[in-house]
Amino acid sequence: MIPMEHYIIISSVMFFAGIYGFLTRKNLLAMLISVELILNSVEINFSVFNRYLYPENMEGMFFSLFGIAVSAAETAVAIAIIINVYRNMHNIDVRHIDVMKH
Amino acid sequence: MSISLLLLLVPLLCFVVLGLAGHKISARIAGLTGTAGMCLSAILACGLACRYFFVDGKSEGVYRSLTPYSFEWLRFSGSLHIDLGIFLHPVSVMMLVVITLVSSMVHIYSLGYMRGEKGFQRYYAFLSLFTFSMLGLVVATNIFQMYIFWELVGVSSYLLIGFYYTRPAAIAASKKAFIVTRFADLGFLVGVLLLSFHTKTFDFAELTAHNAALVVDSATNVSFMGLSAASWAMGLIFVGGAGKSAMFPLHVWLPDAMEGPTPVSSLIHAATMVVAGVYMIAVLFPVYSFAAPDVLAFIGYVGAFTALFAALIAIAQTDVKRALAFSTISQIAYMMTALGVATQTDGTGYTASMFHLFTHAFFKALLFLCAGALIHAVGSNDIGKMGNLRKYMPLTHLAFLISCLAIAGIPPFSGFFSKDEILTAAFNNNRLLFVVLLIVALLTAFYMFRLYYRIFAGNSRNYEHPPHKSPPTMRFAMAALAIFVCVSGLVPFSQFIGVDGTSHETHINPAIAAAGVVAALSGIVVAALLYRNSSGRAAQIAARFNRLHTMAANKFYIDEIWIFFTKTFVFGFVARPLAWFDKTVIDGVIINGAGRATEKIAHLIKGLQSGQIQFYAFIFVFGTLFITIWILLV
Repeated sequence: MIPMEHYIIISSVMFFAGIYGFLTRKNLLAMLISVELILNSVEINFSVFNRYLYPENMEGMFFSLFGIAVSAAETAVAIAIIINVYRNMHNIDVRHIDVMKH
Repeated sequence: MSISLLLLLVPLLCFVVLGLAGHKISARIAGLTGTAGMCLSAILACGLACRYFFVDGKSEGVYRSLTPYSFEWLRFSGSLHIDLGIFLHPVSVMMLVVITLVSSMVHIYSLGYMRGEKGFQRYYAFLSLFTFSMLGLVVATNIFQMYIFWELVGVSSYLLIGFYYTRPAAIAASKKAFIVTRFADLGFLVGVLLLSFHTKTFDFAELTAHNAALVVDSATNVSFMGLSAASWAMGLIFVGGAGKSAMFPLHVWLPDAMEGPTPVSSLIHAATMVVAGVYMIAVLFPVYSFAAPDVLAFIGYVGAFTALFAALIAIAQTDVKRALAFSTISQIAYMMTALGVATQTDGTGYTASMFHLFTHAFFKALLFLCAGALIHAVGSNDIGKMGNLRKYMPLTHLAFLISCLAIAGIPPFSGFFSKDEILTAAFNNNRLLFVVLLIVALLTAFYMFRLYYRIFAGNSRNYEHPPHKSPPTMRFAMAALAIFVCVSGLVPFSQFIGVDGTSHETHINPAIAAAGVVAALSGIVVAALLYRNSSGRAAQIAARFNRLHTMAANKFYIDEIWIFFTKTFVFGFVARPLAWFDKTVIDGVIINGAGRATEKIAHLIKGLQSGQIQFYAFIFVFGTLFITIWILLV
């Protein structure tokens, strides 16, 4: 059996890669992908902890399923927003999307 | 006993209906609604009095206090709670009858007097509010409920004095009445708090039980500046009563309150509200008598002085309502004096005071209603513009004469009996006060018959249009009250109201009765000699006592002294520094400072709001990291 630490290392790498991407990428689509990375790393954690620490329960697995569903919905909404932003501003560079401040 | 609650709720309902929907219904219907409600209340009150005095009240020869309703209204802590309820004892039942009877007569009278006035519905709504508050005051189960209704009475009095709100004099008078009585009520409130701090209760029944043992035990041992806490508390409570009952030097508001419509003066500023102070002292009488006898003696002296003082002023007044107002002050002071000379063992003064309250309410209300009829007919308050009205207004003349005889104390009219009892009580307890009261009795007869002769006798004036008769509603109210004036003295009052709830027999002391009647008759004779014909004799005498006459005509300059006192001390040393503090410290430093500080900080930190989402995320991530590390390390 693969030791638990391996999964955790993978999920941590994914998580921080996601954070890094979210903070540095300027393209909204790239940022959205980074967010997906973060979410998926969390879901890995849920499944792993459930499987290794509490094998008799299933809550972690269900949480992962819920998370996947939520992230799918969220992605749909986010892409819809991004398309609208593009239609209005002909640009999806996050640095230009500060008009709501005004 | 459930009618006691109904009795209170009917005027309240009238007030709510007329106050909310008054502008939607015609003046006539509104007036009739208010009047019908009040008459119903009066009938209920009479029924209640019959039941109390003849069926429910008496057990083993003593009139018990009943509490048919009581509920907790506010609870602050285990022992501090304020209750509302209905407390029936002989004096409060008597007051219920007086208030509702006089009020219903005034309601009927106002149908004619106020016809066509703008705000007729508002007038009736306020009258109902006043009656409700006054009824609430007299049935109060505890001193705090009394305080609440006391203030409500003050408010409705304010509203009614300022009824003609387009007249500056009326507005000034209503403000003056409110401020002066509020100022006095400050004393009342402090007194109530002081008393309840020591006794841990507001309840009248508990305070007065067993010869006020609770107050005597808890508050007479503590002393401050030579007076016991009980004396301080009861003295301060008396200040509130003195404000409402227009005792010197807090009487200044009452003559000005005559700016209100005359029926209002009749109901509020003659018959009911102004006796609230007397009533309060009567309710707390055992406390005064046992815990603060020094204050009670003081009340006697203040009352006697005020009676004399107001009677002197009344002689020199030319405005019929103001003369009657000073007569009211004088008569209420009479009641106060009677309470002051009463003791728990010799309750004559107590009974006499309540008896005088009872009779005075009727004859003084009638006097004011007559004055209203005169003003209605002649169109002026000035007695210089009246004369020989006997010819034009026979019913008003008769009613005025009856009430003049009653207030002067001529048998068999009601004032004779009550005044005689007061004089007897004073004679037995304090000869000095007896002499003062006898002089006041003489002066009372003199100034009342001065008014009578100047208005109804003398030469006929050239009236622009001949004085017209009053409408039937006004005449009915006056006639009904005249009957009350004639019979109210014959009520065997001491059978019902005694200081310890027991019945007494009172006998007229022939010597004192003779002294009182002789004093009254000599006052009448002097008045007749001076004023029956418009000879110059009165003017000559006034000229001889020019100084005194001018001073009395100017009310001994008490108003001016008050204004000087307020302007110099209150405005100069209190109001102005407070205004400065308010403007510079509260407004300048705190209010404006808070605004300015917010603005400055906003300027400093607004650069953080860049609108760059990644910047926010950056702060968020590193903030989280920072907090995580902090928690892990510390």
